[in-house]
Amino acid sequence: MAEGQVIDGIYFNEVWEDAGLDEGTKKLTPEKIEKVINKVLEGETGARLKVYVDTCVHCGLCSDACHYYLSHDKDPTYAPVAKVKQTMWEMIKKKGRVSPTFMKRASQIASTQCNVCMRCAMYCPFGIDIAYIMSVVRRICHFLGITPLYIQDTAHSHAVTMNQMWVKNDEWPDTLQWQEEDAQEEIPTLRIPLEKEGADIMYSVIGPEPKFLAQLLYQAAVIFETAGLNWTMPATPGWDNSDMAMYTCDNEIMGRVKRVHFETARRLRVKKIVMGECGHAFRSIYDRGNRWLAWKMHPVYVEHAIEFYYNLLKSGKIKIAKKYEESVTLHDPCNVMRGRGLYEMARYVVNEMCADFREMEPNREHNYCCCAGGGVINCGPPFKMTRMLGNRVKAEQIAATGAKVCISPCHNCHSGLEDIVSHYKLGVHVKFISDILYEVMEKPGAV
Amino acid sequence: MVNMESWDWDTQEKTVSDTNGWKDKFEWVEEFQASPDGEKVAAIVKTGEAEFSVCVNGEAWENTFDKCWYLRYGPDGRLSCIVSSEMEWTVAVDGQAWDQSFGYVMEVKFSEDGKNVCAFIQQDGMYGAAINGEPWENLYSNMTNFAISSDGQHTAGSVQTEPMDEGDIFKFQSGIFTAAVDGKAWDKTFVNVWNKAFSPDGKRLAAEARMTLYDYTIVVDGVPWSEIYSCVWEPIFNPKTGAVVAPVKVGASWTLAQDGKTMWNRSFVQCWQQIFSPDASRVAAVVAPKYGKWTVAIDGEAWHSIFDDMVSDMVFSPDGRRLAAVGKNDYDYSVIVDDTVWNGTYDMLWQPVFSPDSQNVAIRAEKQGRQTIVMNGKPWKQECEQVWDPVFSPDGSKVLIRSIEGGRYIRRVLPTTELTG
Repeated sequence: MAEGQVIDGIYFNEVWEDAGLDEGTKKLTPEKIEKVINKVLEGETGARLKVYVDTCVHCGLCSDACHYYLSHDKDPTYAPVAKVKQTMWEMIKKKGRVSPTFMKRASQIASTQCNVCMRCAMYCPFGIDIAYIMSVVRRICHFLGITPLYIQDTAHSHAVTMNQMWVKNDEWPDTLQWQEEDAQEEIPTLRIPLEKEGADIMYSVIGPEPKFLAQLLYQAAVIFETAGLNWTMPATPGWDNSDMAMYTCDNEIMGRVKRVHFETARRLRVKKIVMGECGHAFRSIYDRGNRWLAWKMHPVYVEHAIEFYYNLLKSGKIKIAKKYEESVTLHDPCNVMRGRGLYEMARYVVNEMCADFREMEPNREHNYCCCAGGGVINCGPPFKMTRMLGNRVKAEQIAATGAKVCISPCHNCHSGLEDIVSHYKLGVHVKFISDILYEVMEKPGAV
Repeated sequence: MVNMESWDWDTQEKTVSDTNGWKDKFEWVEEFQASPDGEKVAAIVKTGEAEFSVCVNGEAWENTFDKCWYLRYGPDGRLSCIVSSEMEWTVAVDGQAWDQSFGYVMEVKFSEDGKNVCAFIQQDGMYGAAINGEPWENLYSNMTNFAISSDGQHTAGSVQTEPMDEGDIFKFQSGIFTAAVDGKAWDKTFVNVWNKAFSPDGKRLAAEARMTLYDYTIVVDGVPWSEIYSCVWEPIFNPKTGAVVAPVKVGASWTLAQDGKTMWNRSFVQCWQQIFSPDASRVAAVVAPKYGKWTVAIDGEAWHSIFDDMVSDMVFSPDGRRLAAVGKNDYDYSVIVDDTVWNGTYDMLWQPVFSPDSQNVAIRAEKQGRQTIVMNGKPWKQECEQVWDPVFSPDGSKVLIRSIEGGRYIRRVLPTTELTG
């Protein structure tokens, strides 16, 4: 690992090469930095940031909430309050007169050493939302052109295709059609209804599903078919509910992507959107993107997969044929647990499906973040070790359960936990709820 | 325009087809589509092992295909479907596939008169459009935001003009996208080009564009407005003057701009989906006068009726004096006409339809799983499994209602007074 290093008088606790940060920093001038910082602070932050900054008493109680801080043996530079000190406080104190190297470190901290998981806000005596402050830092970095390369490329993908993975307009419906064909071998009557105007439900997923995880589309189709639901998927852009522009804080692209998503649902005249097992996507359509567009809530009701499965099992529309016998634990994704409070529903679903469920400690809203969310995993290979070293506590937490399977109802968590499991050699399989539900449910239509 | 005079406006009621029998005939029957004149009902059906076709009034097309999807009637009553045979895709119109086939067909759009059927196509990994089966001469490595002119004689897309290596953010930010019209790309390139609108005569094209990661504007025929904004939404043409009008974000607020100059003296927390009245004397938009509060603004003046969730589906009356839209609070949709909200809420509403004399408004509505037509706030007595949008006769005295009841597809022509009471 790259050790901490002082560069141009600025201490970096980690040093990694990233073309987006390195090349972007070269183009910065003190004048440009000052102008952008003050433009964002004066034009976009208002009372919220001022209250947070004025209220913080520097008590440091947020420190023990942060998995980076705990995993780095309480290195104070990883404490949430220290992240603010190394970024926003200095920008405010110096009225934007900070150096390019300072801004490079600010971008690295905000984009790769904070998952905007909001756990620290729960431990702050005043409820200061440091994730919001880090988002403002990211917003400034967006305007300065110093966002890590991989996630910037993903934001570009969103801007062109309205999806996360550069999936082209033909590739999406084509993938659904071959998934439908494959699934018909198991359930001959199964359909993935495309563009069915007036269906009750629009099912939306994230870009990686057609790109790398097409089996999840298959599994979802089996669940919808078996439950006898009137559903559809759009064939047009608007099918992807994810939004990495939310995490680069390119708010204009975030809003554009969310507008297409909701207007697609309205065009199809569906009564609700059911979304797959993704946490950040939920945050983007339930909190950030919709609100940037001036929708106070979601204009079309959005149901996360956890709530969806809960309702299906509770109503008996999906029945369990035989419980999953392998021991399982459950990771609580920040955006749908702390952000939406779905933890009891998730436990109901897991207990219905599995014979041997073991809680992680701490759990529910107090659970540790996966260290992948908040766009950190999307910053790509240059920062993989930031995630590995920054989340030893998660590995310890999973190992302590003794479970053989870790259920993660969120894509970013899922990918991040697979990395953690591999790095710390935990010998645990990471699964989505739908992986197990598909395996254990009754399928009366199957041949 | 479609000649509705020739439609049957005399037969009061007839069962066109009992679709209950279709399920005995075919292994698989997908959702129904009704023809604009109400004389036909159609659905994609499975006719054999991995064999699909389209059933119209109980009879399947002679031709069968490996796959069929996106079945839609055009305004002229011809029935189109995206079809696949032997791994190639094309469009079949009234059962006849186009001569040309493609690697994939993603979208189909119709001209206003229905005579031209336009498709967004992919061939050998390259993207473009086809009109009645004739593809562009030039295809592009990527294309999005497919658009057509109202007469369907011109097509456009946002296209990538230069190759880009995976993850090359610097190349992307140099601007490698533009619009292509009938296969020919504009000379000037942009970071992004999104939604586009053709002028009514189809000769000009306006588009949303991003000049850098931060600078947005409207581009008309390849020439950007001189004004730069922090964000813009889709432009439209004034049908009389040819001016281009788009929502633009100035500071923290949205307003409408025309040809790069602010058009309204009021701004809003949000502003989009603008439309001109038929005579182009008025322009309306969906606006949020306050955060999380939605209504309609006409010529910059916001209505007093407010919805918490959204407002959509605005439509001007033919005389341009009235405007109807759909609003939503929580799970309930309502119709709003001339700033008055109708009594009654629904689980789903489609777009309102004005009578030719602008006096009456009718709409397709759904409540508790049953669908009906609501006219001037009053629901029709019949509740159906499904209805389609109501159609007024050219003189406005009658309404064509297409419905499915007990599995029977029924065509009714009712006096407008029967629904207005």
